[in-house]
Amino acid sequence: MRASECDIVIVGVGGQGVILISDVIGRAAVKAGKSVRGAETHGMAQRGGSVINHTRIGCRFSPMVAAGGADVLLALEPAEALRFAHFLSSEGVALVNASPVLPVTVTTGIAAYPSLEDIHSALRDVCRMATFIDATALAKQAGTSQAMNVVMLGALSRYIPLPEDLLLDALAQVVPSKYLEANIRAFALGKAEVE
Amino acid sequence: MREYLLGNAAIARGLLEAGVGLVAGYPGTPSSEIVETLVDLKGDLPLHVEWSVNEKVALEVAAGGSWTGVRAAATMKHVGLNVAADPFMTLAYLGVGAGLVLISADDPYCHSSQNEQDSRRYAQFASIPCLDPADPQEAKDMAAFGFELSERFNIPVMLRPTTRVSHARADVQFGEPQPSCESPRFVKNPARRVALPVHARPLHYELVGKQSAIEQALQGTKWNRLMLRSEDGIIASGIAGLYAEEAVLDLDLDVSLLRIGTYPLPSRLIERMLQHVKRVLVVEELEPVVEEQVERLARKVNPAVEILGKGGLISREGELDLLQVRNAVARMSGLEEKQPLRIPAADKILPPRPPALCPGCSHRATYYAMRKVFGKKAIYPSDIGCYTMAVGMGTVDTCLCMGASITLASGIRFAGETEGICCSLGDSTFLHGGMTGLLNAAYNKARITVTILDNSTTAMTGHQPHPGTGVTATGEPTVKVSLEALASALGAGLVETVDPNDLERTIECFQRAKEFSGLSVVIARQPCVILARRSGTARRSFTVSDDCQGCRICVDYGCPAIEFEGDKARINALCTGCGVCAQICPSSAISEVAR
Repeated sequence: MRASECDIVIVGVGGQGVILISDVIGRAAVKAGKSVRGAETHGMAQRGGSVINHTRIGCRFSPMVAAGGADVLLALEPAEALRFAHFLSSEGVALVNASPVLPVTVTTGIAAYPSLEDIHSALRDVCRMATFIDATALAKQAGTSQAMNVVMLGALSRYIPLPEDLLLDALAQVVPSKYLEANIRAFALGKAEVE
Repeated sequence: MREYLLGNAAIARGLLEAGVGLVAGYPGTPSSEIVETLVDLKGDLPLHVEWSVNEKVALEVAAGGSWTGVRAAATMKHVGLNVAADPFMTLAYLGVGAGLVLISADDPYCHSSQNEQDSRRYAQFASIPCLDPADPQEAKDMAAFGFELSERFNIPVMLRPTTRVSHARADVQFGEPQPSCESPRFVKNPARRVALPVHARPLHYELVGKQSAIEQALQGTKWNRLMLRSEDGIIASGIAGLYAEEAVLDLDLDVSLLRIGTYPLPSRLIERMLQHVKRVLVVEELEPVVEEQVERLARKVNPAVEILGKGGLISREGELDLLQVRNAVARMSGLEEKQPLRIPAADKILPPRPPALCPGCSHRATYYAMRKVFGKKAIYPSDIGCYTMAVGMGTVDTCLCMGASITLASGIRFAGETEGICCSLGDSTFLHGGMTGLLNAAYNKARITVTILDNSTTAMTGHQPHPGTGVTATGEPTVKVSLEALASALGAGLVETVDPNDLERTIECFQRAKEFSGLSVVIARQPCVILARRSGTARRSFTVSDDCQGCRICVDYGCPAIEFEGDKARINALCTGCGVCAQICPSSAISEVAR
């Protein structure tokens, strides 16, 4: 028996807006009358490091998604998608922002950044589907590059058991009102990418 | 009301529901958002909420509030309780006025800590009750309940969330804030407020004497749940109870289960479980607190029972997760264990992404200048803060606990080390635990240099104000304590302040400090770049010209805004305009872009 209706792992780099995505999902789940759990990264790890957020819709257990149990891996950065790919279920879906953020180990020449093709093929090996989305460019198109995370949320909305109107209501609660229009456009552009 | 709340926000809600009137804390991951949430929610409520100078101060301020008839709480991370251990141990004897709840947030796996100590041991040590929540809802409910328990038994109560509770989110049901005590008054009662030996002796008898009554009162609370089914059993505490329940569901077993959330442990429930089962698995994070009690009770009620737990199936180090607990339950039940998925490509092609100092962080500039002056052989004791991440720069030789940079440096000198010794600690860390060390260094004539990395905030934990910032937790203006005056008053012979982004002057300043014949203090002052960005301070921008020789000196400086492309350096969009790289480039190839 499943312990959760839908398990999502959201990953990225500190500062990319991972927590906002979980916050919108959680608020929408509460509006939908569903129990919901989340676990987030705070403190030291945030400073330019990898961040991971677990979000479980329709779940009354721990906030942590089990390794091999994620229905969706939402990655705001390609290398981070692969770093946390062991959370994906073999039936799961990976949605990946195609725009890399180079770690210091790469900018200083200690390590190399893998090709997107290599990341894609490694992801394909462990799950049902891996889709790369040019979310950074789409966010600019929507009017603010800050909304990259909301583009990804729009794409994610296709795969989670929450109605779009509740997600948009929740979005309106967490983004400043002057950026709301751009964020709604970003959401729609992301959603259209996976139609 | 029902909202998707962070565990720490839920705890703040619980405190307000119980009519808390005074909350004092020191920032520390994973506890900081409790005070921050209270600041946000305070509004017109008659609530004193403060960032204290350190955890000992916070607990004592909270105790003062409690003794004046106001429900009070102190918040801290687990290692903060070490700092507060002195008042903590004796408060258990003296008791409370209105309810007193101590929140000590544990951090299994050291997500953002220097150790993994288990606060339940402290509660045991002090003989005070401990509430161990499994999720944000329990944390909220326990925070409120803690005051009732504290008042009923005249004893401080510990709430012990872990990272996965404090930094979890969940749908949480909560109520309206209640008014705090309207007629606060300190009632004199030397026998219960003055810990003279003559008072303390009987109070110790009283403390020990009330333990079983506390256990009785806690046993029947909703946080202890016993379900007797098959002759295999699981006893799990706190968040481990959720892992255990999910594992049982996943494996489709009908094992007996006892979930525990309160200490002193519910012996009667444990005995009933032990009388029912042939085998029992104890699942708890960190120390075998429950397991030791289970072993003791088994000797009494069922010596034949097989007890599984630490030293095999459940690790004593790090944090538990569903996989480990599931596999432990599977092993007990003779079912197949699940192997974690390995992705060979990930290990092979992924670049590491360690946390690092921000682009333009002034700590990097300070450490660069320090190293230039003191050299490779000098000893660099450091401390707890963002700057500990600069361990790769060669200027972080030690990190022990808050403020220990100065005292370790002193001890290293007194032991006879003859190399240069230059220690460093942040402004908030200096005010928390460094001042007494500086006083000691001056008094005992330590010839060392102390560097205060003053970014004018408590950056690592989320930019909380402190006495050097001139602002209180609630944003009110207050006295702005001068680090220079403080360092002089504590006995430093040379005190100089410098802007670390001005490399030449910083190097000269360290030179004078190094040559000084006594105790010298360098205050390297430059606001945290994250705060500067938030406050909208105008940034400069820099670029690399064709004069770049590809020497990599700027790249090795380690700023994430500097990349190496082909055979030349390049400045990327992360640049905050500190201009330090332009000062270290030997070819003068980096310059400010004119606007």
